[in-house]
Amino acid sequence: MQVDRLTSGPYEHERLHNGEHDAAELLGVPSNSLDIKKLSDPIPTAADKWQLLPAFLRVKGLVKQHIDSFNYFIEVDLKKIVKANELVTSDVDPGFYLKYTGIRVGMPERLDPDAANRSITPHECRLRDMTYAAPVAVDIEYTRGKSRVIRKGVVIGRMPIMLRSARCVLTGKNEAEMAQMQECPLDPGGYFIVRGTEKVILVQEQMSKNRIIVQKDSKGFMGANVQSSTHELKSKTYVYIKNNRLYLKHNMIAEDVPLVVAMRAMGMTADKEIAQLIAGIDPLYLDMLSPTLEEGAASKIFTQRAALEFIGAKVKGIGRRQGAPRRTPHEDALDVLANVVVAHVPVNSSDFRAKCVYMAMMARRVLQAVSKGEDTDDLDYLGNKRLELAGQLIALLFEDLFKRFNSDLKLNVDKVLKKPNLARAFDVYNQLLCHGDLITQGLTRAISTGNWSLKRFKMDRAGVTHILSRLSYIAALGMMTRISSQFEKTRKVSGPRALQPSQWGMLCPADTPEGELCGLVKNLALMTHITTDDEEEPIRRVAFALGVEDASLITGTELHAPGTHIVFLNGLILGITRSAQRFVWHFRTLRRSGRIPAFVSIYIDDHRNSVNISADNGRICRPVIIVENGKSRVKDEHIQQLMRDEMQFDDFLRLGLIEYLDVNEENDTNIAIYENEIKPYTTHLEIEPFTLLGAVAGLIPYPHHNQSPRNTYQSAMGKQAIGAIAYNQLNRIDTLLYLMVYPQQPMVKTKTIELINYDKLPAGQNGSVFVMSYSGYDIEDALVINKASLDRGFGRCQVMRKFTAIVRKYANGTYDRVLGAPTTPDGTVLDKYSQVDDDGMAAPGVRLENGQVYLNKQSPVDGGNDINAGTGAADTVEYRPTPMTFKYPDHGYVDKVMITTSETDQTLIKFLLRQTRRPELGDKFSSRHGQKGVCGIIVQQEDMPFTDRGIYPDIIMNPHGFPSRMTVGKLMEFVASKAGAVKGELQYGTCFGGSRMEDMCRILVEHGYSYTGKDYVTSGITGEPVGAYIFNGATYYQRLKHMVADKMHARARGPRAVLTRQPTEGRSRDGGLRLGEMEKDCLIGYGASMLLLERLMISSDVFEVHVCEGCGYIGYKGWCQMCRSSKSMVPIKIPYACKLLFQELQSMNILPRLMMENI
Amino acid sequence: MALEDRNRVVILEDRVENISGADFPMSFDGEDVPFHLEGFKKTFDIKIIRLTPTDIEFDLIGVDASIANALRRILISEIPTMAIEKVYMINNTGIMQDEVLAHRLGLIPILADPNEFQWKRPSDPPTDQNTIVFKLDVACAKGRDVPEGETDPKIKYINSSIYSSQLQWDPKGDQETRFAQNPIRPIHDDILITKLRPGQIISCELHCEKGIGKDHAKFSPVATASYRLLPDIQILEDITDDDAELFRDCFPPGVVDIVEEDGVRKAKVINPRKDTVSREVLRHKQFEGKVRLTRVRDHFIFNVESTGIVSPEALVNQALDILIEKCEISKAALDSAVKGNNEEE
Repeated sequence: MQVDRLTSGPYEHERLHNGEHDAAELLGVPSNSLDIKKLSDPIPTAADKWQLLPAFLRVKGLVKQHIDSFNYFIEVDLKKIVKANELVTSDVDPGFYLKYTGIRVGMPERLDPDAANRSITPHECRLRDMTYAAPVAVDIEYTRGKSRVIRKGVVIGRMPIMLRSARCVLTGKNEAEMAQMQECPLDPGGYFIVRGTEKVILVQEQMSKNRIIVQKDSKGFMGANVQSSTHELKSKTYVYIKNNRLYLKHNMIAEDVPLVVAMRAMGMTADKEIAQLIAGIDPLYLDMLSPTLEEGAASKIFTQRAALEFIGAKVKGIGRRQGAPRRTPHEDALDVLANVVVAHVPVNSSDFRAKCVYMAMMARRVLQAVSKGEDTDDLDYLGNKRLELAGQLIALLFEDLFKRFNSDLKLNVDKVLKKPNLARAFDVYNQLLCHGDLITQGLTRAISTGNWSLKRFKMDRAGVTHILSRLSYIAALGMMTRISSQFEKTRKVSGPRALQPSQWGMLCPADTPEGELCGLVKNLALMTHITTDDEEEPIRRVAFALGVEDASLITGTELHAPGTHIVFLNGLILGITRSAQRFVWHFRTLRRSGRIPAFVSIYIDDHRNSVNISADNGRICRPVIIVENGKSRVKDEHIQQLMRDEMQFDDFLRLGLIEYLDVNEENDTNIAIYENEIKPYTTHLEIEPFTLLGAVAGLIPYPHHNQSPRNTYQSAMGKQAIGAIAYNQLNRIDTLLYLMVYPQQPMVKTKTIELINYDKLPAGQNGSVFVMSYSGYDIEDALVINKASLDRGFGRCQVMRKFTAIVRKYANGTYDRVLGAPTTPDGTVLDKYSQVDDDGMAAPGVRLENGQVYLNKQSPVDGGNDINAGTGAADTVEYRPTPMTFKYPDHGYVDKVMITTSETDQTLIKFLLRQTRRPELGDKFSSRHGQKGVCGIIVQQEDMPFTDRGIYPDIIMNPHGFPSRMTVGKLMEFVASKAGAVKGELQYGTCFGGSRMEDMCRILVEHGYSYTGKDYVTSGITGEPVGAYIFNGATYYQRLKHMVADKMHARARGPRAVLTRQPTEGRSRDGGLRLGEMEKDCLIGYGASMLLLERLMISSDVFEVHVCEGCGYIGYKGWCQMCRSSKSMVPIKIPYACKLLFQELQSMNILPRLMMENI
Repeated sequence: MALEDRNRVVILEDRVENISGADFPMSFDGEDVPFHLEGFKKTFDIKIIRLTPTDIEFDLIGVDASIANALRRILISEIPTMAIEKVYMINNTGIMQDEVLAHRLGLIPILADPNEFQWKRPSDPPTDQNTIVFKLDVACAKGRDVPEGETDPKIKYINSSIYSSQLQWDPKGDQETRFAQNPIRPIHDDILITKLRPGQIISCELHCEKGIGKDHAKFSPVATASYRLLPDIQILEDITDDDAELFRDCFPPGVVDIVEEDGVRKAKVINPRKDTVSREVLRHKQFEGKVRLTRVRDHFIFNVESTGIVSPEALVNQALDILIEKCEISKAALDSAVKGNNEEE
């Protein structure tokens, strides 16, 4: 084995020392049995290294990925896009040009130009249904007649601004300033406000671009494919092997081309050169290549010209601009090969060498995979994935819109310049201004509908954006870390859904939905960061300076020589190095000292003999502590400084104490979890293992003791828990808002809870819970709840609903009006209108019953487009009442009324109606362990069991919930919170840590409780002791949003659908309860035919028709129009739907006849 | 059942045994244990252990669990008190919603003798005989002469926190004279009702009515009422030296002491009453068979904690009165039922 001489440093791990260490040591198995660490042993970290985590979150925030990505777009990408499309010229006047010299995004402003204070806050946008957007201004240089004009700050559109991004008014504000702006300081930001709704652009998961992936295709042929992506286009190129011969496949080429022919078309005509590039001097690969070469020879195509003609005949003729001259086949082929096939490899002035080398590389990968026995790439491996964030998506959209903006501009310019003699010199500035809406509209529409359609990339994605769920603080937070996958959900393969080992520390293993999206929607772990683009050029220079030999100067023999590693930069071949270890070590040293951006990753791929440098965007990475010579670089003193605020997280990065690793680079490392586990070959140390969970799963106490699906269930339910939403929750007017009246922070916290501020915005209460059987109303996870606890406010919540009314102006000059309550002729006011004030609205604080009006609005009968129809004078216009009535069975109160104008100058009235609910039978509750249950019975306090100390339970939970669920973490939460309660302190249930059970039991014993957590209990009903000791403690219970009051429904008679005359469907329409197919089958099986008749017809849509016995046609009562007689009409009862069917059939020229018969 | 266990509940490591009483005839083979009033009088006792203005601890000895339990249940749910039942909100511009404010006000214990008031049915009009009226009229304002940079709202603003002491009794009819001796007021002056900020106003009228804990916990006159059985720790075999110390430490301080007898340090139970029955002693192998934990089945240690409306000793008396009343009703009902049966025959 060839070993570099210079191989000191942390990366000389086992691969360099084969045979020198014994296997046990390499595997980290302790050779000495005394070394065996018990799980429960304290972790002797010299430093509280987890302190790095709050520091990280302080710098980066919880949704740093979104904000970083958007900032990168605003600061860098936007300028690049404009630079790439900077010139607008005219086909008519060659002297005309317009050049963009710069672009800026300002701070969010209101549209109204006369406003004294144009700066706008996000909260105002939410309330007034506006878009939180900032003007996009460009600097231009253009010709007007003969002179050159320079203008600065021309506004070309408005860009929705991400909250807390560099252009948001909230950035850098302290808590008091936030309060001034009615904004919650704990809100993470990272979303947009478009037309008053909060919209999140979800993180999109995709396969990485410009990387070679080896895969078997559907026909079973081994192939290498690469998805090329440039600013201009996207294309996919395949090199695959069929019958031992290599072929090139691409969408633009109708037939598959033998690889040799393709290479010849690109100017590599010699078999020897091709063979060298693909196989080097390896006899195995040369053998495998020979059929390919033979086919090339057999094809009799030996020159570049001949090869181009051959391919040119097969090029699909699309994308040719009209008017452009028709090209010869060989020009076609040259164009496709240069610009479409493996498009990301640049071809400079028809120098195809780089592309040939790249294609040879693809071929070699195929041969490699075949020779190693189907050694394909793992598509689910996270290192092959890229995450697309808001910034990238908006950049794509903006580039598209900007191009369209420019081409529209050009068309208009041409149109004007075409006119023979202009009165004045043409000024393009005016043209520029009148196109402003294109970009504004395009951006807002895409964000508010979620439809991303870009013709250029054949991209047509729906559901990119979602409304930010404000059900609870956790729901909003969980949404910001969500990743949606591009895979279709119908496919039954488990691969993409399964938990990948490479997700460790990057994606949360617990937080994924159940059902069809299981495993496809993922969540980021707590410390994950997603990279943005870094400049390639400096990296290239550094690589060459570190001894990489330029690929363009090298033949195939050298490329594939043993001991040589090919260096890739972002998937492109950069060159080779003969001492990969040293190169990588140097490279990393430079990165740690800050000479190379921190998010550039480098790793050695030993299977492919390559070194891969990545600086592209969307890679998932996370920070870890660097270990050197068996010692953590982060020392106690650093942590001390951190805690004294003398150091920030970024200082750790700058000093090279920690670094970011992406998924691929992780493979090159040996990461110890705890400091005492550092072995000689360890290269890194985890900051904290609990960060492998995400923000939502981080709420669970002792999750490492739970059965794993339980954590997943809790991750879903935590988002439905009612609690506090934000500090500004009472200033918000949301469509639906659930608030808990007395939320409490959990007795058993986790570090994550503190980090994400769940303790400040909690969703749940600590109840005294007894685990015992009680009353039989607790089967199937039902809970028994103490009535006295409910009386005192346990689980009490509020439901607020928004109702919006727009007071419209119509085209004919009429408008809606809002009036005070109408009086009856005798001067009284109907009960229905009793709550309406003189201004036509119910006042805040007013109690509303079902059916009462809270906005007495009237609309003109004719509001049509006929402008002449009315003068708008109120006395001549006829109005019909269009009031808004309260439609809930239980009463409610008016919480707020807001009257304002929207951006389009319409008067907007928003009502916030409130209900306060105490828990009732059937309301849903859950602990933090995926143990949900409904309230089964509410019991008087005196009937409840009590302990010696007079403690009564708030909730009794049935013990059958435990054995099959195996939520040991919940048992531990009981004990820990009980210990915390008797001692008067909070306990921790952090994952892989937390308060130890031994300590908790000791506290219990010290305070006179049993160490088991089980206590002697007296029955409240008999007064005698209960025969078993009852496990009890304080447990955090969440009240979930599913409440009986929102769901209960029953109807006897009620509304029917117009068309079929059958009862309506659904609770909201007061619908009937359907006797479905399966229920019908039961009745048939039982033989209850009369019941069946009643259910299906009499109680539904019975209808009497008169049928003519003669012709079988439905006629009038006593008259058959068909037979023109009244002789033989008989009445029969059929379902109305049946009669409807007959008539519909008749309308299709099918005549159903009803034949009557005596039975 | 062993004879000595007849009035003992046995505490085992994993369960409680002998939970039910058996003081009725035919419960033991060949033995008749009928109820004798004389015998009952001899064994029955009530000892008041501790009495403070809010708490009472007393022992109820020699009755069945059902009697003790009835007493406890009545204490919690059937002794009437006065509590705020209706809140007429005139103005409320604070952040706390009307319903929440009303709920909080309702839970404030009101010092008023419930016996002085009549029950009010929903249809009854409020009178001075069945309703107490309070007023809460508060407004928050900026304080005067507040030093620059002050952040404490209590100094910065006037009425930033509203306490129960700010409830004002509005005597109706002859209430002023009837309650001249002990004016009606909230028991605690420092219950935080809500917080206000400058410009916010609360103005409401509160009506207190008579009710019982069964209807709403706010009417319950006790913070809690419960009992436990007197622990009885039986040392079956001497526990000496180090074991004795360990034994002592298995109980709360004061339960077990170590005494020198014949030069041997032995563990001795001195005050089993203090034991919390944590069963810690049963964890240790060395005490297996040497100790037996039991509780006296008919010795109830009652602990009643009053909310302050009614003194604890009066509470117990009232509870007993209600219990007697209930017995009378049952007796009458039983009598008439028996009579009815006889007549039918």
